[in-house]
Amino acid sequence: MSTGWGRNRALLLYGLLSLAYAFLYVPIVVMIIYSFNASRLVTVWGGFSIKWYGELLQDEKVLDAAWLSLQVAVANATIATILGTLAAVVLVRFRRFRGRTLFTGMIAAPLVMPEIITGLAMLLLFVAMEQAIGWPEGRSITTIVIAHVTFSLSFVTVVVQSRLAQMDASLEEAAMDLGARPTKVFLVITLPIIAPALLAGWLLAFTLSIDDVVISAFVSGPGATPLPIVIFSKVRLGVSPEINALATIVVALVGVAMAIAGRVMLSRDRDERQHSTTSPQSV
Amino acid sequence: MTQTVAQRPTFSPWTDPESVPLIRFEGVSKRFGDFVAVDQVDLSIHAGEFFSLLGASGCGKTTLLRMLAGFETPTSGRIFIDGTDVSAIPPYERPVNMMFQSYALFPHMTVEQNVAFGLKQDGLPKAQIREKVRDVLDLVQMSRFGGRKPHQLSGGQRQRVALARCLAKEPKVLLLDEPLAALDRQLRERTQLELVGIQERVGITFVMVTHDQGEAMTMSSRIAVMNSGCLEQVGTPVEIYEYPGTRFVADFIGAANMFEGVVASDSDDLLVVTCPELESDLTISHGGSVPVGAPVTVMVRPEKMVVQRDRPSEGMNGVKGIVADIAYLGDVSIYHISLPSGRRVEVLRTNLRHTGEQELTWEDEVHLAWHPANAMVLTR
Repeated sequence: MSTGWGRNRALLLYGLLSLAYAFLYVPIVVMIIYSFNASRLVTVWGGFSIKWYGELLQDEKVLDAAWLSLQVAVANATIATILGTLAAVVLVRFRRFRGRTLFTGMIAAPLVMPEIITGLAMLLLFVAMEQAIGWPEGRSITTIVIAHVTFSLSFVTVVVQSRLAQMDASLEEAAMDLGARPTKVFLVITLPIIAPALLAGWLLAFTLSIDDVVISAFVSGPGATPLPIVIFSKVRLGVSPEINALATIVVALVGVAMAIAGRVMLSRDRDERQHSTTSPQSV
Repeated sequence: MTQTVAQRPTFSPWTDPESVPLIRFEGVSKRFGDFVAVDQVDLSIHAGEFFSLLGASGCGKTTLLRMLAGFETPTSGRIFIDGTDVSAIPPYERPVNMMFQSYALFPHMTVEQNVAFGLKQDGLPKAQIREKVRDVLDLVQMSRFGGRKPHQLSGGQRQRVALARCLAKEPKVLLLDEPLAALDRQLRERTQLELVGIQERVGITFVMVTHDQGEAMTMSSRIAVMNSGCLEQVGTPVEIYEYPGTRFVADFIGAANMFEGVVASDSDDLLVVTCPELESDLTISHGGSVPVGAPVTVMVRPEKMVVQRDRPSEGMNGVKGIVADIAYLGDVSIYHISLPSGRRVEVLRTNLRHTGEQELTWEDEVHLAWHPANAMVLTR
């Protein structure tokens, strides 16, 4: 039933879609292309080369920063996932308790709080704490992780909360009915069922942490500088092809992480749709 | 609609004063905030029964079942299972298992793992678990599907797995929350009889919640009809249908024609009731003893009346009317008879003759007749 009008409409839709994608991704594609530029001048194409990637590997400062960022991202994602999941369980399963509204607000607040304020507040807290109890000592990997956890745990909570709310609560009741104690029910039934959301939350927290500049700027110190801060300070001296190469690697990493997260969520959706054959729902 | 599977005639422990009930509710109430879900329920269920809690949604039947399973604690009152007060025992330590309306099969486990789950919690040795899983899957004819995940099964198959998972634990009581509601009509009717067969084979006491009266009538040894948190009547399907205790039960189970009236006289075994909207008094041959002048309702089931052209014979109850509507259903026809007062009465007539011709038609003047033994007097 493809009439002329139908074909035209499809063309129009694809055209608009391409425009939107171009708007979003052309800058990144340009950056990736220029990372393979042989010329030192960023705006002049001097042939294909991967020498900037080689030079990047020689740069101790960049490598140290990358290693630190990776450690921070993994630690942050893990801690945020544990805390965020606990918060989500409380919000979804414990329907009524004193201070529930306050708790909900506090969990959601970091989502809307300007990062610069969170960063400043964290810095003030760390300085005050160091003076009062001598911990944490200076600005280090510890302070960066703590600061990152405070905002990324909210994102994990939101992701896990929505999965948990969709999960049939009678599954947990059935497990308890069959003789499993509440802790065991959580470990053997609830966790495996919401596992895709945990993975998605972990990856989200990972990417949030690895590209954070604003909060890191406040809570990092001379001994511990994460990658985005290094990039930022390098760019201030002028954009170099080396930075393009570095940014390309970061884009690749984040892209892979998001692709895995999306895939996991999608396959889980498909499973659920098959499970409830009586009520097909659109995505 | 009311095909009743004959229980073994000897099985009626509730009539035996010596018999100790397996489950006892003593003054059980449950409140959610201001809402009273269950109100002062006293109920005894005996071992081996297929007991149904029947009522419209929101009548408290599910709450009663969930209190038995341990998912809700009574606000007041006590629940005994096999002589033990279970009010303070958590669900994972109760000798009951529940089959959920959604079946609640664990989506990340295979059929076999689902059935084995409860046995694993009991710490049974592996070999024994394997044997039990096989036996119980055989019982529900699902052995071939042991390796499948729940989402690879049809609705009927999931229902069987859910049943098997409960049966594997060999509970003292098996609770079923609307077990057949998710199945289509044909499958539901077949499964009703199958469930009863399985229950008789394993000998476990079943307590079922349902809103479907046909289902309750077909499957149960006894039915408790519930209305806004209270028990209206507890009895066998025959008792509930033929001798409803209240107007609510009479109306809720099947169709009923009801005439409001006042007791005019009460002789040995004939109660006479005067109904303002009828020309002649009604007689009922088993009214119990009701004081003269008391307001009552006379209830007659549509199939207990005869619609005819002639005046009914002496001793029968008779009411004159006009055929207002005929609903032809194939096996039976439902005649809506309009009385002089404007009231409509339903009469059921089996279409005995193999012809589309009906001897009665619209606007015919007819008489409704029924024997005094075929009516009921309701005082509540």
